[in-house]
Amino acid sequence: MAKITFITKDQETIVAEADSGSVMELAVEHNVKGIDADCGGVCSCATCHVHVAADYMDKLEEAGDIEKDMLEFADNATAFSRLSCQMKISEAMDGMVLNVAN
Amino acid sequence: MEIVFTAFINIQTMKKSALPDPFEKARLEKGFGEVEDQDDPVVMLLRHKDVRKCAHNWKTFQSGAAPGRIVVPSEVKIRDTRQIPFELDPPEHREYRDLLEDWFRRPLQADYQAQLQEQISAVIETALDKESVEVVGEFSLPLQSRALTLLLNTPYEEAEKWIAWGTHVFRSEESALDADKANILYDYIDQAIDKAIEQPGEDLYSLLLASEAQGRKLTKEEVKGTMILTFAGGRDTVINAVTNSIAYFAEHPASLQRLREEPEIMGRAVEELVRYFAPLTHMGRVVTEDTQVCEHAVKADSRISLCWASANRDPSVFENPNEVILDRKMNPHVGFGFSHHKCLGATHARQLLKTLLCVLVEKVESIDIQDCTENIEQWGEFNRKVGFDQLQVKFNPLK
Repeated sequence: MAKITFITKDQETIVAEADSGSVMELAVEHNVKGIDADCGGVCSCATCHVHVAADYMDKLEEAGDIEKDMLEFADNATAFSRLSCQMKISEAMDGMVLNVAN
Repeated sequence: MEIVFTAFINIQTMKKSALPDPFEKARLEKGFGEVEDQDDPVVMLLRHKDVRKCAHNWKTFQSGAAPGRIVVPSEVKIRDTRQIPFELDPPEHREYRDLLEDWFRRPLQADYQAQLQEQISAVIETALDKESVEVVGEFSLPLQSRALTLLLNTPYEEAEKWIAWGTHVFRSEESALDADKANILYDYIDQAIDKAIEQPGEDLYSLLLASEAQGRKLTKEEVKGTMILTFAGGRDTVINAVTNSIAYFAEHPASLQRLREEPEIMGRAVEELVRYFAPLTHMGRVVTEDTQVCEHAVKADSRISLCWASANRDPSVFENPNEVILDRKMNPHVGFGFSHHKCLGATHARQLLKTLLCVLVEKVESIDIQDCTENIEQWGEFNRKVGFDQLQVKFNPLK
């Protein structure tokens, strides 16, 4: 089980737990504002963009080329940017804090 | 001899529902094509990477040129009204788009979805009662028009007028650009705006009339420009997507069966159909400075276009790009455009297609194609099938 904290642009904090699925799906289930997930998780819309807390970056699997290309054109992209639809929930994510990018 | 033989096999195996990729050779060899259009030629970009890069670079490739100029064929001669937010660039673009985002996300609400489901069920029930249905005019057009009453939040009966206009708002059988036909839409919108000024309601016209941008109320011309975009942008595109979907499932009954057994892939299936169909072939931009695209010089004040249809078949991004893979997992298609100007109506379109698939799965066993005429667009050296001029089918009910 991984406990993940989402912080939205208006500084609302949402804590959610899951042991499977994607981070995007978890955010959508909990109505996290700014995670629109328009395309449902096929990496075509970048509306599930999050910034990962620095200390968790190395605990995540590296982004694939398609995700990286997508992030290259995303608003507010930083070195800590990920598309949450591509983040498969794992134990290593327990305690992770994500700032919603938009 | 071998080449002749391969071509023969392709003709034999090509399905009626297939949308071939006419851009393959040019995309690989040079990355662009050239299209003549009313003495204002267009360099059409064909590669996924270039299309996304240039869509994102609004400073060099602008949308806020003369109204109608970024559309191909150009509408400069038949339209003075600027379509909003489509023909604006940042930062103004953002301000107008922000006024609309929440409204255009209403298709995610349960009551909107329930009404859409009811409308689409009715269209399919009617089709099931007939021996033969002409999909473009008798199925897709009514479905699209009725669903638009939900997006605009106008009375359901208004759809009958829009259906009577025919399948193309700007185009007629005689010519690709028909000013008379466009005027029917413009006059209708003028009247609807006047009505909403007199009697404000809960519709999109009234929302826009009460909105502010640039530190003042929206002008009537701005409201009109937004409404023209909503009508025109979601008409041929949705009709093509719906008609192509019917043709696809007619020739792939196993796909319909698969959606019945695996409803969880419905969302991915919609994305894949939009990728494969690319209901809008391309969209233009005006170049603001001398620059290069694909090592090809383009001059300031010339035009390029972003070919969504070609980008969606780029094999450097999509495995087996010419195949419909209903549960395609990574699908960075640009069927709804890309970046700032990505389709405002995409939430509505996605919900419409998803509902169509759900109702088909629930009520339809199979579909037989009886007759069809393809709609082939001609863009310079490319002939692209975008859908059908007519598609005659029989819907068979699920027992």
